[in-house]
Amino acid sequence: MSKRGIVMYLHVHQPYRVRKYSVFDTANNHDYFDESDYNCDRNNEQVFRKVAEKSYRPMNALIEKILAKHPDYKLSLSITGTFIEQAEQWAPDVIESFKRIVATGRVEIVSETYYHSLAFFYSVPEFERQVEIHKAKIRELFGVETQVFRNTELAYNDSLAKWADGYGFKGILAEGWDPILDWRSPNYVYRPTGTKNIALLLKNYRLSDDMAFRFGDKNWPEWPLTADKYNGWVNDSITDKEIVNLFMDYETFGEHQWSDTGIFDFYEAFVEKWLSNPVNTFYTVSGAIDAFEPAGEISMPNTVTWADMERDLTAWLGNSMQQESLRYIYSLEDDIMRTGDIQLISDWRKLQTSDHVYYMCTKWFNDGDVHAYFSPYESPYDAFLYYINVVRDLRWRLHNHHNGGGLNG
Amino acid sequence: MNILMLGWELPPHNSGGLGVACYHMSKALALQGAKIDFVVPYNAKHPDIDFMTIHSATSLTPLERYGLGAYDSKTVLEKGLPEADINDLKDMRGVQKRYVQYVEKLVMKLKPDVIHAHDWLTMEAGMRAKELTNIPLVVHVHATEFDRSGSNSGNPLVHEIEYQGLMMADRICAVSNITKNIIIQRYGIPADKIEVVHNAIDVNSFNDGYQYDDSTYKYLEAVKAEGYTVVVTITRFTIQKGLAHLVRAAAKACEKYSKLVFLFAGDGEQRDELIELASELGISDKIFFTGFVRGKQWRDAYSVGDIFVMSSVSEPFGLTALEAAHHGNALILTKQSGVSEVLNSIFRYDFWDEDKLADQIIAIATSPSLKAEMQHDIMCEYSKISWNDVAKKCISIYESARKGVSV
Repeated sequence: MSKRGIVMYLHVHQPYRVRKYSVFDTANNHDYFDESDYNCDRNNEQVFRKVAEKSYRPMNALIEKILAKHPDYKLSLSITGTFIEQAEQWAPDVIESFKRIVATGRVEIVSETYYHSLAFFYSVPEFERQVEIHKAKIRELFGVETQVFRNTELAYNDSLAKWADGYGFKGILAEGWDPILDWRSPNYVYRPTGTKNIALLLKNYRLSDDMAFRFGDKNWPEWPLTADKYNGWVNDSITDKEIVNLFMDYETFGEHQWSDTGIFDFYEAFVEKWLSNPVNTFYTVSGAIDAFEPAGEISMPNTVTWADMERDLTAWLGNSMQQESLRYIYSLEDDIMRTGDIQLISDWRKLQTSDHVYYMCTKWFNDGDVHAYFSPYESPYDAFLYYINVVRDLRWRLHNHHNGGGLNG
Repeated sequence: MNILMLGWELPPHNSGGLGVACYHMSKALALQGAKIDFVVPYNAKHPDIDFMTIHSATSLTPLERYGLGAYDSKTVLEKGLPEADINDLKDMRGVQKRYVQYVEKLVMKLKPDVIHAHDWLTMEAGMRAKELTNIPLVVHVHATEFDRSGSNSGNPLVHEIEYQGLMMADRICAVSNITKNIIIQRYGIPADKIEVVHNAIDVNSFNDGYQYDDSTYKYLEAVKAEGYTVVVTITRFTIQKGLAHLVRAAAKACEKYSKLVFLFAGDGEQRDELIELASELGISDKIFFTGFVRGKQWRDAYSVGDIFVMSSVSEPFGLTALEAAHHGNALILTKQSGVSEVLNSIFRYDFWDEDKLADQIIAIATSPSLKAEMQHDIMCEYSKISWNDVAKKCISIYESARKGVSV
């Protein structure tokens, strides 16, 4: 009988934010991601260096420490290609520390799209290419093969599960959302409806969000959250079940929750506490799938994500600006691919990163929850204008490349 | 003739057409031999102005004065001048009170033949100056609060100031028949007290060695080379300008004829709404938002255009149409814009008639001969509208005011 365990999975990502890119830049400058003002949240280098200092370096150091101290500690990470490229450029030591923790054999890398895109919903061929590019990059960097898939924003539905099953993945990650689970618990391994070999791991969103969102909130009745208290909650949740899936952004540690909230000490103490009980352990995502048989089938015909109260794609595709942006960008696919121009293709793909349309979100106009939607732009409209100007510039480059046709305003 | 001109802005410290009109009107009057003392509410150099004396009513910089919003009466609350604090120069009413006090002293010293006050901003000062000296007051209406507030009711205090100023004035200049009718109908002023004095354009002011730079809007030039027609509008993005109708007409036009792009140069409170509307209609990539443009980007925006649209719901005059004509555009103007009263070689439409606007755009875009004809004819026409004629008309109005030809 396998031990009950925590499946800790962290998502590591930075987008290439589009700079303040005006009509006057269009057809003149193609440096979409090079904000000239260093002290601005659109400056990717500045943001990366800041987050590296606050989160990536101290958290990786902590993970190394925990791995050395606790042989039962396991971790899973998804690391996007846009993160890796920026780290290689501005913080190679961070890449080295990721390599060291993966080399322990107890940290698994999860598969995803290289560009953190929503391509699955627009173009499966492009989606598959991005999954392959990511696989290749992970192989090159860490010497490992990915086996479990997570889609951008944990956006999941039955057809994605079928795709992943057919593609040969042994597992896939999704949100453990109450309306889907009904009476069932997220603390088991499941099988997606209509698949043969793939297992489904569902995020325990209450316990995950206690750590990721609420930890430092002094207005939260449970503040301050101690390792003892949290360990008690995890115990209450898991009781005689198999696993607790804690899925969250890596940047929870040090960036979303600053160091002065005590998040690092909390995490270290909690791991210690959890492992002090000999019936407890940690699993990687693959480890959990190997250890347990699916307890049942789960079907999600409609797309479920890990965002907002609605757990849908409305933060990315909820308004017409967002829909139009992605419609424009994916309509270029054939012409872009045909060029074989590596720089052009790479720019086009960086523009598929879901963060771009997230910055255009206007949902918070309704619920007033401005702080939930951090954006480096003055408004969703500015984000949209710069993006559209860039789309036009892509068209202009294409036009030059193919020598005519298709500028389309 | 000595004129005390009461204004709110002059180039290069203007945020819109009011300053431009005051500048050219004064210059033309000076050429006719008038001696002008012009009061502005800020302190700054006006390098191009040597034909009159400029007086600064406060020590504010022009930028601080912009913050008050010369066109935006929403920031004015309910303060009457007695309650306003002259030391509070962040408050529009405080600045206006300072302005009045300055004019009180100046008018006693200068003893001009006539006081010429421009818009509600300076009307209180004009009334006070007339009260003190019994010198005739001419009030020049470039826009009323009804124009500024679009379909909203506007600021009651501003309405009150306009009403008093119009009542107290010996003569009123309105920049168009549209404005004249508003003054008659909304303020109950007798028609024979009001003269229509259309604005004009100073063709010479454009001969400053400007040459179109086709790299400013390089992408637009590229689509033009593909056979696209560029429709341009240059304006503040406020309700009054009717731009939502233009966006919807653009969508309708693009449905029928796709080789169209729209350049929206300018900025304003309605921008976000327009961006959203364009995306709802699926034409975001057809509309180019530049943000606020000045200098070369502003001139080049006219030059890159084939068709200029003035979509105003209520436009007292609309100088930009003449500027667009100068740069070779065919013009489509709403019947609700004053400038359309003085031009013939144009398309006119009612501001709400999106179908008609779409039709007119397509007609010009698809017919090279129509486009060439309209561009050529308006070029011949606009330049005949001269500030000298405006100055002559002003002088005859001043004279009638002095003779007491009034109600």
